[in-house]
Amino acid sequence: MIEINAVTKRYGATTAVSDLTFTVRPGVVTGFLGPNGAGKTTTMRMILGLDEPDSGSVTVGGRPPRARAAPLAELGGMLDPRAVHPARSGYHHLLALAQTSGIGRSRVDEVIDAVGLRPVAGRPAGRFSLGMGQRLGIAAALLGDPAAVVLDEPVNGLDVGGIRWIRGLLAGLAARGKTVLVSSHLMSEIAQTATRLIVIGRGQLIADTSVAEFIAAAEPAASRVRVRSSDQDALAGLLRAPGVTVEAADGGALTVSGVPAGQVGAAAAAAGITVLELATEQASLEDAFVDLTQDAVEFRATPQPPAGAMPEEKQ
Amino acid sequence: MTTCTEHQGQVPATVPAYSRPQRVTQARVLRSEWTKLRTQPSTAWALASAAAAIIGFGVAYSLLREARPPHGAAAAGAFDPAAISLAGVQLAQIAAGVLGVLLITSEYASGLIRATFAAVPRRLPVLWGKAALLAAATAAVSLPAAVAAFLAGQSILGRQHLAVSLSHPGVARAVLGSALYLAVAALLGLGLGALLRNAAGAISALFGLLFAVQIAAGFLPGNWSGEVGKFLPATAGQAVTTVHPDPAVSLAPWTGFGVFCLYAAAVLGLAAMRMRRGDA
Repeated sequence: MIEINAVTKRYGATTAVSDLTFTVRPGVVTGFLGPNGAGKTTTMRMILGLDEPDSGSVTVGGRPPRARAAPLAELGGMLDPRAVHPARSGYHHLLALAQTSGIGRSRVDEVIDAVGLRPVAGRPAGRFSLGMGQRLGIAAALLGDPAAVVLDEPVNGLDVGGIRWIRGLLAGLAARGKTVLVSSHLMSEIAQTATRLIVIGRGQLIADTSVAEFIAAAEPAASRVRVRSSDQDALAGLLRAPGVTVEAADGGALTVSGVPAGQVGAAAAAAGITVLELATEQASLEDAFVDLTQDAVEFRATPQPPAGAMPEEKQ
Repeated sequence: MTTCTEHQGQVPATVPAYSRPQRVTQARVLRSEWTKLRTQPSTAWALASAAAAIIGFGVAYSLLREARPPHGAAAAGAFDPAAISLAGVQLAQIAAGVLGVLLITSEYASGLIRATFAAVPRRLPVLWGKAALLAAATAAVSLPAAVAAFLAGQSILGRQHLAVSLSHPGVARAVLGSALYLAVAALLGLGLGALLRNAAGAISALFGLLFAVQIAAGFLPGNWSGEVGKFLPATAGQAVTTVHPDPAVSLAPWTGFGVFCLYAAAVLGLAAMRMRRGDA
């Protein structure tokens, strides 16, 4: 269990995270979604005890991150797969981390095999591809078989097989009752990986929901009809009704929402208007996510007190 | 080259459970830091350069002074054969200090420090582990190098009957002191690296502390120069590497070394405060 309670974090004049509260529960994979710069990495750094919140609290398994007695058994994290000494081998990188907690060489070997790094483990980590680097980072996070796992953009740079492998791995960890938090800036990625969903934008909580609910809520507004015809103005006049919106789109087309495509075609035919193009546009989850974050950010930008109203940052 | 794509088919999407007890102790962090130290190539080249500087420069300077022996009673009285054979320490302190700097700044530069601190949330055991191993490794390489430089230098100077023996009062202390001085110079580098978290800044600060302040003190008028100069880091520290330190410009050997240790301790203390409190 990871609990973020009213956390605010500033770096100089920039507020990275503002009054953020959410809980990550064990037994499911929780996606942590937000555009780049939303505060995901900052939040994860605080969970790992690397940065201190300016106000609010972070607990992992009920304790502040820096009070962990068996750090690698309680929490494993990956922030940046490039964060290795470039000349040290992957094996020695993992061994050095393992030794801090008295974890032996056999476990290091076991984890190397489990993430598929065996063929390259003896090579300098600086020469790893991005995909191998991700696996090394995940191996480091899993050394102590931790109760909670925090991974920042773990599928970045992985090929399709690698992405599928990570999904299986995360599902397996959740099935073993572990708390799993995985960040991404891509909704489609999270939709296939996570069950729970935390969405943040500009350091603030936008949604704390299940992925299924998020998709269900996003879909009704998502389907629109794109139409081009011989007389756009007349067709627009015919279609306008309460609950229906008609907007000009690129290429002289109209975008109609609130009416299915068949009804648009029938209206045109009845009026003797020739339909040149008619298509249903399924807005992607990505669009729904972008709409949601933009709205929330705009909506929340004004009523929040300015950063200056908060207590001074401690250095 | 084998890519992940080629072998991922055999990789199961699970990581086996692990239920052995885990706890962080200073001894375990020490082992971890030893693994890092010995698998970081800069360690080997920095220690090898230090040893090469001690022996190479010591032999070269001894050959030079053998060719140009002191003339007259005054020059012969001031002639210090041990110091001549140990002259390479001046050069080796750069290698030792830079090794100390890089030991910590390389972790900040790569971001590895975050993985390290996630594994050791109390953080300071990492600094103490690095300090202990750095001092031990530097002394372990420097001491045999200093003995070798001394013996080689004395055998060269002996051809002009200018040599001293290791049993001569203060000589063994000066040889041992050279190794100790280098170990503490390395710690000074580590402290500056941990404090500034940046190799370029820390190396500049190290040169400032070891060389620039001495030069600046030289501009002070008359006996001020000597009185202030005695307490500057390198001058104080090098008292222990000198057989007969001149009381006008130098502290007593072990007093001077103690002052040098205080400088290193102060810098490490400040570094520890910054490491423990701030963001990683």
